[in-house]
Amino acid sequence: MPWRLLRFGLSKKHPEPRMFSDHPQLKSSYDVVIIGGGGHGLAAAYYLARDHGITNVAVLEKGYIGGGNTGRNTSIIRSNYLTPEGVKFYDESVHLWQDLSEEFDLNLFYANRGHFTLAHTDSAMRTMRWRAEVNKHYGIDSEVVGPDFVKRAAPMIDLSCGGHAPILGALFHAPGSVARHDAVAWGYGRGADMRGAEIHQQTEVLGIDVQGGKVRGVQTSRGYIATNKVLCAVAGFTPRILKMVGIPSPIYIHPLQAMVSEPLKPWLDPILVSGSLHVYISQSARGELVMGASLDPYEVQSTRSTLDFVEGLSSHLLDMFPFLSNVKVMRQWAGMADMTPDFAPIMGKTPVEGFYLDGGWGTWGFKATPVCGKTMAHTVATDTPHSLITGFSLDRFRNFSLTGEKGAASVGH
Amino acid sequence: MKIMTCPVNGPRPVSEFFYWGEIRPMPDPDTCSDDEWADYVFNRNGAPGVKKEWWCHSTSNTWFIVERDTEKDMVLRTYLYGEAA
Repeated sequence: MPWRLLRFGLSKKHPEPRMFSDHPQLKSSYDVVIIGGGGHGLAAAYYLARDHGITNVAVLEKGYIGGGNTGRNTSIIRSNYLTPEGVKFYDESVHLWQDLSEEFDLNLFYANRGHFTLAHTDSAMRTMRWRAEVNKHYGIDSEVVGPDFVKRAAPMIDLSCGGHAPILGALFHAPGSVARHDAVAWGYGRGADMRGAEIHQQTEVLGIDVQGGKVRGVQTSRGYIATNKVLCAVAGFTPRILKMVGIPSPIYIHPLQAMVSEPLKPWLDPILVSGSLHVYISQSARGELVMGASLDPYEVQSTRSTLDFVEGLSSHLLDMFPFLSNVKVMRQWAGMADMTPDFAPIMGKTPVEGFYLDGGWGTWGFKATPVCGKTMAHTVATDTPHSLITGFSLDRFRNFSLTGEKGAASVGH
Repeated sequence: MKIMTCPVNGPRPVSEFFYWGEIRPMPDPDTCSDDEWADYVFNRNGAPGVKKEWWCHSTSNTWFIVERDTEKDMVLRTYLYGEAA
């Protein structure tokens, strides 16, 4: 248990130091430059320093730490995926998550809630059974349960969903959890900073210097940096960075929207997802309902949000929980999801030597934050893809060998 | 509600339309290389810009072309295939 809060409470002064040190100047060169100061980029900086002793690292962030998709997701953590590559990868991530609060000495509010993926049709039940068997084969706690089990876990639910989409069963994943998402970025950032990495906010990458197929440096809004290794971890900005180095990719950007309600007394313990109704919902530690739906239906590279989304999601949510009809929506927002054709990420080396990619994280990136940092740090440090990410290489779109994760990655596809 | 102008039916709510992606020329599958074909099948221009896209007005099944700024989400022009480019 973190004791910092108690120390802070008993102290006469307020000894809370700044989370990161300030670096007024960029150095002229670094061993590794990481583009993107979200969870993934900061985690990579953290593991580069902790596991590989590489500390001459700059993390460049155009906005502020964790202000992108790290702070815009609905903070769900699970590993009940569909492909062997996905299941092994996300399982490692869940194991890393469980120790993070202790490791950072920072309370991430990691709360193990249990995760239900509801099935309203026979074909959805078939996919749930398929996922459960793949999960169990790899030692993941995952099983198909009936409507009674769902009702016991969430007594307020209308099992008929307004009569038009009765719940036939669900995939139940006991390790499913939520965490305070911005704290993850802060925890990794502080850990990386303490070990010597530099975090530069308000620093935009304008170009990448590639000579003879090799990375030589990065042009930023605050000057030029020489480096031989660049890690790109920028989620919805990935196509713009890839354009700078001339690497074609299948990534396309659609907004993913979310919203929260006013705070309520605790009434919903588990995380519920319905693919047919395009809803996922959990109740945060503050009592707000955190809700999301499927992707916006067309390409937009911005974080605008729409009234259509609130109307659609509310209507589906009321099918599941009619008693929420008087509850108010407090705020809504959007993130740019970098989607791939097979709903699996794109990680590892690229045709440009020294340019490493951690992208294609679409709507499924938050839960993978720790394992992405760890595997990308290994990949950058040794110039060899980590064994857990070989199924996610960019090459798979040249070799027609996709990693089909569509049935388990998100809702409503 | 966002409004889009169908070249046949005039301004309609955007929820009546669906999006079918950027217009891209298809290479000849009989003569192109495997790499060219894979590039056509998978790769996309994901960076923002003014793009020409296929859209369909679903209630009348009208397929047409939209010129749209994908960063500002602003529709600049809509017209039927073969009309003034």
